[in-house]
Amino acid sequence: MMSQTNWKLEPSLESAAQIQLQAQYELFIDGKWQKPLSKNYFNSVNPADESHLAKIAWGNAEDVDLAVLAARRAYDTVWSKLSGAERGKYLFRIARLMQEKAKELAILETLDGGKPIRESRDIDIPLACNHFFYYAGWADKLQEAFAGQQVSALGVAGQITPWNFPLLMLAWKVAPALACGNTVVLKPAETTSLTALKFAEICQEAGLPAGVVNIVTGYGDTGAALVAHPDVDKIAFTGSTAVGKHIQKACIGTSKKLTLELGGKSANIILEDAPIDQAVEGVINSIFFNQGHVCCAGSRLFVQESIAERVLEKLKFRLQSIYVGHPLDKNTDIGAINSKKQLETIERYISLGLAEGAEIYQPDCTLPSKGFYCKPTLFTDVAQSARIAQEEVFGPVLTIQTFRTMEEVVQKANNSPYGLAAGVWTDKGARIFGLSQQLKAGVVWANTYNKFDPASPFGGYKESGFGREGGRHGLSAYLKFSN
Amino acid sequence: MEILKTYKLYIGGQFTRTESGRSYAIVSPSGQHIANACQGSKKDVRNAVQAARKAQSSWAGKSAFNRSQIIYRIAEMLEARKGQFLEELQALGSDLKSATQEVESSIDRCVYYAGWADKFQTLLGSVNPVASSHFNFSVPEAMGVVGVVACQQTALMGLVSQVLPAIIGGNTVVVIANNQLPLCAISFAEVLATSDVPGGVVNILTGEISEMLPTLSSHMDVNALSIAPIEAKLQQMAQEEAIDNLKRVRIFAEPLYTENAQGLPYIADFQEIKTTWHPVEQIAGGAGGY
Repeated sequence: MMSQTNWKLEPSLESAAQIQLQAQYELFIDGKWQKPLSKNYFNSVNPADESHLAKIAWGNAEDVDLAVLAARRAYDTVWSKLSGAERGKYLFRIARLMQEKAKELAILETLDGGKPIRESRDIDIPLACNHFFYYAGWADKLQEAFAGQQVSALGVAGQITPWNFPLLMLAWKVAPALACGNTVVLKPAETTSLTALKFAEICQEAGLPAGVVNIVTGYGDTGAALVAHPDVDKIAFTGSTAVGKHIQKACIGTSKKLTLELGGKSANIILEDAPIDQAVEGVINSIFFNQGHVCCAGSRLFVQESIAERVLEKLKFRLQSIYVGHPLDKNTDIGAINSKKQLETIERYISLGLAEGAEIYQPDCTLPSKGFYCKPTLFTDVAQSARIAQEEVFGPVLTIQTFRTMEEVVQKANNSPYGLAAGVWTDKGARIFGLSQQLKAGVVWANTYNKFDPASPFGGYKESGFGREGGRHGLSAYLKFSN
Repeated sequence: MEILKTYKLYIGGQFTRTESGRSYAIVSPSGQHIANACQGSKKDVRNAVQAARKAQSSWAGKSAFNRSQIIYRIAEMLEARKGQFLEELQALGSDLKSATQEVESSIDRCVYYAGWADKFQTLLGSVNPVASSHFNFSVPEAMGVVGVVACQQTALMGLVSQVLPAIIGGNTVVVIANNQLPLCAISFAEVLATSDVPGGVVNILTGEISEMLPTLSSHMDVNALSIAPIEAKLQQMAQEEAIDNLKRVRIFAEPLYTENAQGLPYIADFQEIKTTWHPVEQIAGGAGGY
């Protein structure tokens, strides 16, 4: 048995002094900050300590209409007339400005969403910048990307982003849309609007023509108005499967092109020949990265029976040194749960897991007294039919099951309505390729997990949605094709 | 006395009567009774989906080259039975010239797609230059079971144009044939049955679209739909039913029997893209120098 370790870390808080939050944020429409016609505002809260951050405009259908109008005008009069090379230059410029403001964006992201500063600083923001840089280069090469077909822009793209990777998901949507010649109306998630609003400032600073990017903040009703708007040519949505299905229904009978990046319950598989310590680290990253608020989180762990006991022991030991704390603390591994509502959902699933007869393990750690926090949680003795093994929790909760043969684990892993991602840990290259072929998932990580890159297409099978973001494949979502 | 042919359904490689025991009369434009076709039921749809699912992984698991040869064999068998199709098309109202053109174009389309079987992967896939030390590649993979509502204007060409690009990429299909012109669809099944196409890869049902499509479009084991131009109300119903398991729905605004309605995009419509991150070991000091 491994000994208990008492980890004591000195707090190392990133200073938020350089962040000048406004008391109130307006809508960004037609290159200007405009007060919402709805006259409504909502409060944005820091999930780390429940403190008030700012008041944010709550756009209604009329506000969305103004934004779409501005986007259409910008498309007709400016953006569709620019060459790909010129569009690319704007994107390169935006990428550079984002890089220059990386620190500010990282702190803002952490304040607003609760993710550890280490992640927003090292992962979210650099990846978001890289995404703009990557798609900037495609803007004048679209015809080469699809030989034998004529490609053109769609027009106005309506985009709805989630709260788990606010700026990164904005980049995944806005960068390819603009590169392909579309203009954009973006509705960020209500709990995480701040980096999108900062991005609007960057667009202004970059001299992006007015109306090419419009940001309408608000709740689900704001998003629904965007989806329903008759002058929108494209809807891109990242979020829950339930909402995705509503959107798909709303688009029936229209000519809107639709891509959906939805939920998941991804399998992470450790085979007996895997490098175990590396695999255990991989499990930590697969389920506790961003508090488990990751659509592709490896929330179902499958361990081959012969090594199951050892893996579980190491995993429990490793959990004791996971640091759950203030998101701005550079030591923090698991920050704040994004909202009270989400914390309640996670806690409901934890109670459900217990009620279903699974065995729980949580490390002995103290959570901050204020704010929304959840201990990293393991469930063993989980039945394949258990709801915690079937449904997306979207939090730091892992179910652990065992298997004997490859056939068995393929069958178990694929036994899900979702198909976003999968992880495979093994020393054998041939097994990686073999399992990758068998697993019904859009992304398969071998001996790694939760890796993202602008050049790498991302998106799901089955009820995890359709369409791809990233890489050459990501362009298709924003282009019209003709033979 | 003439021996009249019984047109049955084609499910799992077997010619079976509909479990419902119903049939409907196929009548020529001049009002002559030509044959009876099976009026497929919801249960027939479910049986066909089951057969398609059972056949899918081994069909997708065949080598692309092998699938290419099998599809080419369809062209050969179609050519050999050309006379039969000409007769059927003429009985249903085509003149010899247009019947000949339809059969020959259908054969050409089979040859065309046979050639794609081991090539579309090269064009739809990619190797992606990620920043970390990984070999990252994307490959197209069959969606699974595709429900097809065949072209309602043509008896053969539209059907071939929808079925071929789906199966060439490893999908299996359940087809609702042309309601008024179903004979060539069942004769095409005879071609398939003698072409080394494994049972269950293509399943063909005849009958009312409005009766069978709700079951097909709501079936949780169907992954995608390929819908030729049909009544708007039925099309919308199928789209709504498809949402439950997020089927990929491809609605064709234009019929697929035209000369240029073929190509890589028709294959891509029924492919998922899978991206794999494979680790690459960094070898110290090995800079790949000469």
